[in-house]
Order: sequence, then structure tokens, then C-alpha cells
Amino acid sequence: MSQPIQLPKWIDIGLLPLWNLAIALLVAGGVVMLIGHSPWQALSVLLNGALGSARGLGYSLYYATTFIFTGLAVAVAIHAGLFNIGGEGQATLGGVGVTLIALWLGAKLPAVVMLPLLVLAAAGFGMLWAAVPAYLQAWRGSHIVITTIMFNFLAAGLNSYLLVNWLRPAGSMAVESAEFADSARMPALHQIAAALGYELPSSPLNLSLIIALLACAFVGWFLWKSAAGYAVRAVGSAPRAAHYAGIRPRAQVLLAMALSGALAGMVGVNEISGVQGKLTLDFVAGAGFTGIAVSLMGRNHPVGIILASLLFGVLYQGGVEVSFELQGFSREMVVTAQGLIVLFSGAMATVSAPLFARAYAAIKGGR
Amino acid sequence: MTPPAVRLQGISKRFGAVQANRDVSFDIAAGSVHGLVGENGAGKSTLMAILYGYYHADAGTLEVNGQPVQIANSQQAIALGIGMVHQHFMLVDTLSCLENIMLGAEGGFFLTPSKARVRAKLEALMAETGLQVPLDAVVADLPVGELQRLEILKALYRGARILILDEPTAVLTPQETDQLFVTLRRLQQLGTTLILITHKLREVMSLCSAVTVMRAGQVVETRPIADWSEASLAESMVGRKVTLGRPEGLEIKTGEVRLQATGLSLKHANGVPALKDVSLSLRAGEIVGVAGVSGNGQSELLEVLSGLRAPEGGQLDLGGASFTPEAWLDTAQARPLRLAHVPEDRHAVGLVMSFPAWESAVLGYQNLPKYRQGAAMNHAAMREATKQMQERFDVRPRDENLGSSKFSGGNQQKLILAREIGEQPTVLLVGQPTRGVDIGAIEFIHKQLRALRDAGCAVLLVSSELDEILALADRVVVMNAGRITGELSIDECDERRLGLLMAAQEERAVA
Repeated sequence: MSQPIQLPKWIDIGLLPLWNLAIALLVAGGVVMLIGHSPWQALSVLLNGALGSARGLGYSLYYATTFIFTGLAVAVAIHAGLFNIGGEGQATLGGVGVTLIALWLGAKLPAVVMLPLLVLAAAGFGMLWAAVPAYLQAWRGSHIVITTIMFNFLAAGLNSYLLVNWLRPAGSMAVESAEFADSARMPALHQIAAALGYELPSSPLNLSLIIALLACAFVGWFLWKSAAGYAVRAVGSAPRAAHYAGIRPRAQVLLAMALSGALAGMVGVNEISGVQGKLTLDFVAGAGFTGIAVSLMGRNHPVGIILASLLFGVLYQGGVEVSFELQGFSREMVVTAQGLIVLFSGAMATVSAPLFARAYAAIKGGR
Repeated sequence: MTPPAVRLQGISKRFGAVQANRDVSFDIAAGSVHGLVGENGAGKSTLMAILYGYYHADAGTLEVNGQPVQIANSQQAIALGIGMVHQHFMLVDTLSCLENIMLGAEGGFFLTPSKARVRAKLEALMAETGLQVPLDAVVADLPVGELQRLEILKALYRGARILILDEPTAVLTPQETDQLFVTLRRLQQLGTTLILITHKLREVMSLCSAVTVMRAGQVVETRPIADWSEASLAESMVGRKVTLGRPEGLEIKTGEVRLQATGLSLKHANGVPALKDVSLSLRAGEIVGVAGVSGNGQSELLEVLSGLRAPEGGQLDLGGASFTPEAWLDTAQARPLRLAHVPEDRHAVGLVMSFPAWESAVLGYQNLPKYRQGAAMNHAAMREATKQMQERFDVRPRDENLGSSKFSGGNQQKLILAREIGEQPTVLLVGQPTRGVDIGAIEFIHKQLRALRDAGCAVLLVSSELDEILALADRVVVMNAGRITGELSIDECDERRLGLLMAAQEERAVA
């Protein structure tokens, strides 16, 4: 038994995460110094590259959009007591869904009909891909961590099978689908701005960001305001109490995972419809796993997830710039920095809590 | 003259706005059994946590065996010969008893030689104290009574001469309690000083040599046992006269049968029968008590009747509907049939600990139209309903935003009762309504259950406290080894007759 740590809210969700971030950056700075670069220079290039120009900002927000989707997916499952590490596969299937609809109907339907249809396809395919492990967990007792990670491999396999055997245009050597018709492309922000008479530098940032923010609002409403969310959270934190309350746990597992999968599937809208305009291999590129770190750092709350996604978006975009600018500063260095942030802000998030508790008690006691 | 084993002088401790201990002073004589009683939140646990080094007092001094001491952590407390047996055992389920005792005192890199050494010492200790524990059995396989002996043995092995016992009998059957008392008396003869924290005044009277009563963080009084009675202890704890017995001149007017269970049978996962041909009827306006030693099928009976679990055989008639094992009552159907249930385990079943009170206060009734706004929950209505429940059932503190886990046991139970009684059930199933609850809350809960009965509800009361059954029930059924061994009206009940029915199995085994 140890003394319970009771911190005021502003320390718990404000100061403590900033402190953890600062430690991570400090250690990362140390590593940068060890390989013979100036940490200040690296930091300034990183921040400048990610936030210093409209174009850089666009890239950062585009990355953040994807992380919001995968982060929300992890959070919804966690509130149901489930660890969904299948975001990678569900996102892949979301992209497959977008592609099938886009190639099938893209030339026939206008964008007004097409774009909502693509969103539904991405969500629906991600949902179905997550529903299978959910069913296996709820009715057959297969552990969801195992099944979702297996489904990541299955999704990658399915994607390359479809690309190689069915979706690749005849004669093409590239493992890519045909290009989508214009009506099946989520408009980029600079295109919309141009239509309204403003000029913005081109970046991959597209309307999906708005969808991501709407998804955050929906998840917040779903978890804490809706009756279904009440049931999901009851099952997640006290399964026996939920059963006692007439809530059917299996149905909640299925519901939470379906929503989780749908959110992860939305990555397909951002990446495939919004940027690539065609299906490619491995377009998720680890974002499903980054979602776990994003969700943990954001305390499984939509607002926290937005903040954590921005941080990771900045790191991704800034990291690319740093590896361009600084000689001998590889992309892996940036991954190291990200790893340190996950370590200090996610895995070791409460390590410093006792320190703050003592300091807070000392200051309060002193008054 | 020997100095007192423990002398507390002017101990004060504050947590934020709460003064948990205020100027607490008393002596605990060496070799005595010292009772420490008081309602939940009276400051007993904080005081013992200070003595055991978990907390530091803001003011005051501690003396152990006449020496002034500073206890910074539990290692220092152990070094001073202070041991503690917690209400919730601190054991590793997957390790054997021997390994649990060694844990933290392995003494060396290799386990095998120290295991042999520890075993030899333990066997000597077990012979001396009479505390027999199967050293090689895995903890998860042992009943709670054995685990408690293991905890005591662990403390003694670490050299405890002053032993703090926090609610040691809360989870024990009557037989295990009797065994524990034999052990404790033996330890006292061997010179160990015992500090007993408990709600059960009868145990205090039979075991202690002196008692300190605490209320609201302060010592009310410390007196030798001869100066106390159960009634005066209760009065001193609560600060007013408490009546827990059966009210006189009660007239029982029972109405129609509200619940009829016939021939229920159920097996445990390992094939051992949990319920054997159990039939039971509940009428409007009566409280039926289910007596029996814990673990004789009472919990399973509650689970089956409340819809948490389907039996393998039997039938249930409730509110005009009839259920058979193929399509048994489920928990979502029970409440619309006006069957309410106060479960035995309020932490894991009755409340969602991570929810604030206003979310836990609608658990099970979350789909009632008054708590809903279309697909959303009506938070304002939920909060308002919680406030009313807290007001009506005197739940303290009156804070609907406080986390469910932050209330004391008695107040959690009051919130559950308020919730379950609030929708005017026609049948109420109640399991262990006052386990770990302080005496003031017991009185309140009993009053509420009687009022519900008088209003025409049929109440089934499962309790391991015979006193509680005798105080509340109008009719008593006794369970033993999964079957009902007898049924008595309350006028026919006395402890001896009930005891015989509860022990029916042992009698048959002897015969």
C-alpha cells in the first residue's frame, strides 16, 4: 500500500504531460549531441519545418488527421476494456473500401454523392474488419490482442493480393491501382481556398481534417453522453456490474470494436481519397500503431487525442525537414525522438507524479 | 512496571480539509488485546496507518515499549516488532504459502537453501502458536480462513510482537471466526499485544481487555472491558442510543405470493452441486431470511433468482411470468418485472467504481425514460435523482460528483439501496446488506428494509450475520450444502435450533 496520489486537475492534465514532454525532449537533445549535432539547431529546424510555413503546417495537420483517426479508434476500444492493436489492418481495409467504390462508381457519380459514399465505404470496411475479432472475443473467447494483430497481417496480405491480381491496371508494373476519377478525390484545402479566392501553398491537407474533428466530437458524445456509451464504459470498467445492470457485455464488445474499426478505416479517406488518389501498398505506414501512443498520451480523451496528434504530426513533418537539412541526421533519429516521447509521456506518464504530489503538498503546507 | 506496548500522545493528522485524527492519546498495555472501535471514517485506519508507518502524523509522539520512536515506513515498523494484518489480504495468489511468507525476506540469491531454512523456522513457529498453515499449498486454492492464518504467521515470522488486525472477521464464517479467536488468545498468552479494529461489538466484548472508542477523528474514551457493554459501546461510537434488535409488538400481514421458485438445481464449474432442489416462495409484506454458513449455496441462490445465472433445473414464477432454464430470467428483464437486487459484492457488482456517484446511481435503470433524452442520457435528471437519493438515504458526503469508490462502504451500500428501493420494487433480493458497514448505517439500513416490508414488498435477505436475520426476518430458511434444510417462523427461531439446521451436513456425516 502506498499513499494515494491526489493531484489537482491542472497539474494532472496540464503540467505533468508538459513536464514529461520536456524530459523526453531533453533526453532526445542529449542523443542529438552525442551524434555531434546541436540540439538547438535540430529543434529549430524541426519547429520551423513543421510550423514555420503554411506549407509545413499543412503537412503537419495532414499527418495529425491520420493520427486523430487511429488514436480515437484505440480510445473507444480502451473504454470498452479492449486493446485494439489492429488499427493498422482496419485502416488498410478502409483504403481498400474507398478504392473499390471509387473505381466502381467514380466515373459515374458527382463528388457530392461520391465523397459521402467513400466515407461510408472506409468506415464500413474498417468496421467489418474489426467486427470479426470482436465476435471471436465476445462469443468464442479468442483474445482480441492476438486476433487483431493477426488481422493486421491478413489485411496487408489481402491488400497486396487485390493490388497484384485485380486492381493493377493491365500492363502496369507498379503495384498500385488505377487513378481515381476527380469526383472520388477528397478536395485538398488549398484547392478549396483557391475556389474561394485565397491562395495557399499546396499540401496534402484535405477535408478529412474536418471529418476527423467531427469524429472527435462524436466520440466524446458517444462515450460520455449517449446511452450506448454508458453501457460500453460500464462493461469496460466493471463487467460484472454491467451484467447485473442488464447490459449485455457481448453486444457492447461488438459495438465498441465496430466503432473503433470504423474510425481506423477513416484513415483510408485521408490517405487514399485525400492524397494518393489510388490504392498503394502499405499506405498506413505504422499510423495504426502510432494511434496507440496518441491515445495513451491523450488519456483516451478526444481533446487529449487532438493535442497528441498535433504533437506527432509536428514531429513527423519536422523530422522529415531535419533529415533533409542536417547532414548525417537520418530519419531514424526522428523515430528515436518519437520513441522517447512515447516512453516518457505514455509508458512512464505517472513516474513523476509522486514528485509533483510532494512539491504540491509542500507548497500548500507552507501557506 | 512494564511500560505500555504502544503509547500514542497528541496524534493529529489532516488530509486536505479532513481532520482524520485530532489530538489522539491512549495507551495499549503490553500483552493485552486492545479493541479500537468507531464508525467508518472515525479515524481508526488512519491512526493504525500512522503506527505502521504508512502516514506521518502532523503532530504528536509515539512510544513503543517505553521508547519514543519515529516510524518513517513499514520496514521500520516491522523492525520495531509491529505487524499488520489487513482486511484485504496482501498475498500473491499464484505463490505457495511458504513463498508468500518469504517474499521480501528471501535472504540470498538462491531460493532453495533459504526455503529450507524458512520452513524449519516456520514449523517451529507453527508448533508454538498453533497456527497451522499448509506451507506448500498455493494461495489461490485456500479458503479465506487459512489465508488469514497465513497473514498472521507472516507477521509473526517477521518478528511482530504487536499485531494490528483490521476487521479480521469481516470475511470469515462463524467457524473460522471461532478458530481465529482461539489463535488470538493463544498469541496473547505467548505475550503478543493485539490491536483489534472491528465493527462487531460482540467480538470486542468476548476478546478484548480494553477498548478505545473513536468518533470523528477523536478518542471518545478508553476504558477496561469491564466498564463496557455492547449497548454502551454502540452508544459511545454513534453518539446516541442505537437500537438494533427486533422491534416489539410487530404484526405481520403477508399478502399474495410474489416470487415462487421450484426445484432449483445448479452445479459449480467443477461439477459439485451448488443448489439441490431448492424451492422457496416469497409473499408480499414479509422478509424471508436465508441463514447458513457462507458458501452453502446462498450466493448462488441470489444469482439464480436475480437472473445473473441460469440454473440447470427448476422453475421461477415472478410477476405473472414463468421461467425455465432454457429461457431463464435475465438481468435486463428483472427490473421491468419489478424485481430489485442489492448484490452481495457492492464493489464489483453493485457499483461501477470508476463512475461518479451520479452515473452509478442509475445503474440498472439506465434505460428508464426519465434518465434518457433520445439516444443520449439525461445528465441533469441523473444528477437530480442522485441528489434526492443521497438526501433520502443520508449518503455522506452529499456530493453527486464524487467517485463511487470514494464513499465509505456504508455510504456505498446506502446509495445502492436508495437506487434499488427507489423504483418501488415488488420483490427485493438483498445479499449481505451490512457487511463491513458501521453500526449507525446498519441501524438505518435495517429501518429501510422494515419500511419496505411494511409497504408490502417481498424481501429475501441473505446474510451471514445470524443477528441480522433474527432482527429482520419474519420467516427463516436455512441452507446447508446447497439445499434447504429447514424453515422456521421467527417465533420458532433461536440460535440453537438454527445452528443445528445450519450444521445438518456435519450431523449426517457423523451418523
